[in-house]
Formats: sequence, structure tokens, C-alpha cells
Amino acid sequence: MMRAALLMLVCAAAVADERRSGSEFMSASTRAMQRDDTLNPGMLWIGSGEAQWNAAAGKSGKSCASCHGDAARSMRGVAARFPAFDAASKTAVNLAQRINLCRERKQQAPALKLEGEELLGLEAYVTMQSRGMPVAPPQDAGTRAAAARGRQMYLQRIGQLNLSCAQCHDQHWGKRLAGSTIPQGHAAAYPIYRLEWQAMGSLQRRLRNCMSGVRAEIPPLGARELVDLEAWLAVRDKGMAMESPGVRP
Amino acid sequence: MARALIHMPATAKKGEVIEIRALIGHPMETGYRPGADGRVVPRDIIRKFVCRYNGEQVFGAELHQAISANPYIGFFTIATESGTLEFTWEGDNGFAQTEKMQLTVSAA
Repeated sequence: MMRAALLMLVCAAAVADERRSGSEFMSASTRAMQRDDTLNPGMLWIGSGEAQWNAAAGKSGKSCASCHGDAARSMRGVAARFPAFDAASKTAVNLAQRINLCRERKQQAPALKLEGEELLGLEAYVTMQSRGMPVAPPQDAGTRAAAARGRQMYLQRIGQLNLSCAQCHDQHWGKRLAGSTIPQGHAAAYPIYRLEWQAMGSLQRRLRNCMSGVRAEIPPLGARELVDLEAWLAVRDKGMAMESPGVRP
Repeated sequence: MARALIHMPATAKKGEVIEIRALIGHPMETGYRPGADGRVVPRDIIRKFVCRYNGEQVFGAELHQAISANPYIGFFTIATESGTLEFTWEGDNGFAQTEKMQLTVSAA
């Protein structure tokens, strides 16, 4: 009995070990860059994100801080729960879109450009407040439906290369694609500073990269397909530690 | 949005070797890349970095095209006396940024 319980524990641990963050596939120097905030270039974006958090915007004359106060307290764990279903717009939204909704509805300011420096800064600043916390996707029906659609896309072969996400990231992770190791496709470190981009970028930018890589039709930034995929990845990453600002090669 | 982050100790003992890390946001456009319209994007890089400790230069670097965007420069200096460290980046298109940090040096 004791033995069986122990065996089950060992098995559970082995299953948990299967999931490895992309950072585990990186070189020691890139890992050091992510670990040390004084080396991590993502901190530049976080610095401007913090300034924006405290800056008034729009007709309301309010800043994010006017309502939400200290981000370190109010935003702790928030990014870990995105994408989430937004009842008012009847669709799942990611964190960047949620920030824009808040700008439009509450601050009465124009939405920030998706993937623009300002929105990336705010998104990175908010996400950093959840560093080390487990990914915790919401369990409501709307978000679950989005994740289910995302899972379908994840398994669907796409593009001229006729590859699905799963074929690389579930079946062939750890092997090489040209010069780089294929990671498991976990997304808990986004937004990331990617050395290849020499800049901060969102998960959607990375997803679009992959779609371009398999020569598929690429949905525009903010498209429902991409948010659905993000929602599925959040379910897939459930319980993994948030890493943002991640650094990737 | 010129942003710079400098990390160094605020206090040190006299004669102590201190590490200074300076990171600045800059595109470091090489001048070799074609843009979306096929035309070469003009060069826009930081050319020079200098650190002055109470007016005296303790570190300097010349930067060139092969250096990545958002260059990070780490170096060491010896804490001699309390005062100001001044960091200056200069580059193309009249780019110039100066940051100051205070250092308090106690007797060894």
C-alpha cells in the first residue's frame, strides 16, 4: 500500500517533469540574462511601463494607478489569469487587449497600438507583477470555449509545410530545427525580450512567427484565432511559473 | 523614449573595486539593412560611451555597427572618494544622453 502510494508519487513527479520551460533549452548565458534584472534588457520596457502606469491618460485624466493603486499589490497574479472571457465584448481577450479596453472604457483614451512599444511596456510591467506565480487560466465557460477552439488549432495541420503546433512542440521537442532546439512551446515567459528581435515582443508576435515559418496564412494581431491559441496555451501551461520578462534567443 | 538603467552600489569602502552595469535603450541600426520599402535604413548607432568619476574619465568605449540594440556595458572601477559618476552616451543624429549616480565612499 505504502509502496503503491510512493510509486504513484514518483509517477506524478515524472509526469510533472515532462513540462519544461523554454528557458531550460537556452544557453547558460541567455539564462543568466533572464535571471538577473540588471542584465535583462526587458527591464527597459518595464521601466517605461511603470512610468505609463502612473501617467494620466485620456479625457478622464486618470492613470492606471488612480484606480488600481500600487501595481505590485493590485496586479499580482492578474497576468496569470489571462486570456479571459470579457462579458461586455462577448469574447476572450488577452492582457494587452484588456489594457486597451480599460483605456477606452475607463480612461476614455484611444486604444494603444497592438505590439507597439507603449502597450508592450504596460503589458510587461503588469505581467512582471505575477513573476513566480503559477499560470491559472479562468474556468468560466467563455474562456474554456476559447481554449477548446485554441486546442483544435494547436492540433490542426496548417500551411504549405502542413505542420501543426503539436507536431513540433509535443512530438519533437528537444530535437533540432536547423540550429535551434525545439522547445515545448510553453508561453509563461511572455512578453519576452527576444535576442533575434533585439526587442520586446508579445506571444502573438511569436505565434505569427511560427505560422509564417510553416508558410500558413497569418491572422492579424489581435485576431480571435490568436487569442484562442493563447487561451489553450494557458491551459496547457497551468501551474507553471510565470517568468516574464523572459529572455529568449 | 531614451531609457537607461544603471546598476551600481550606492556605498563602498575606499579602495574597493565596484561593478557598474549600464544598459540603454537604442535601436543600433547598422546602416546595412534594407527596410520594408527595399531602401537601406540609414545608420543610427551610439558611437561613444564615457563614464566620468568626479569629472575624471574612468571608462570609455567606442561602439560600432556590430553591437546589438540596447547595448549593455559592464565594467569596474575603484572607489576612491564620495561623489558623482556621470555616464554619457553619444551617437548619430545628435543622440546624447547623460545619467548621474551618487556614490558614498567610507574609510576602509
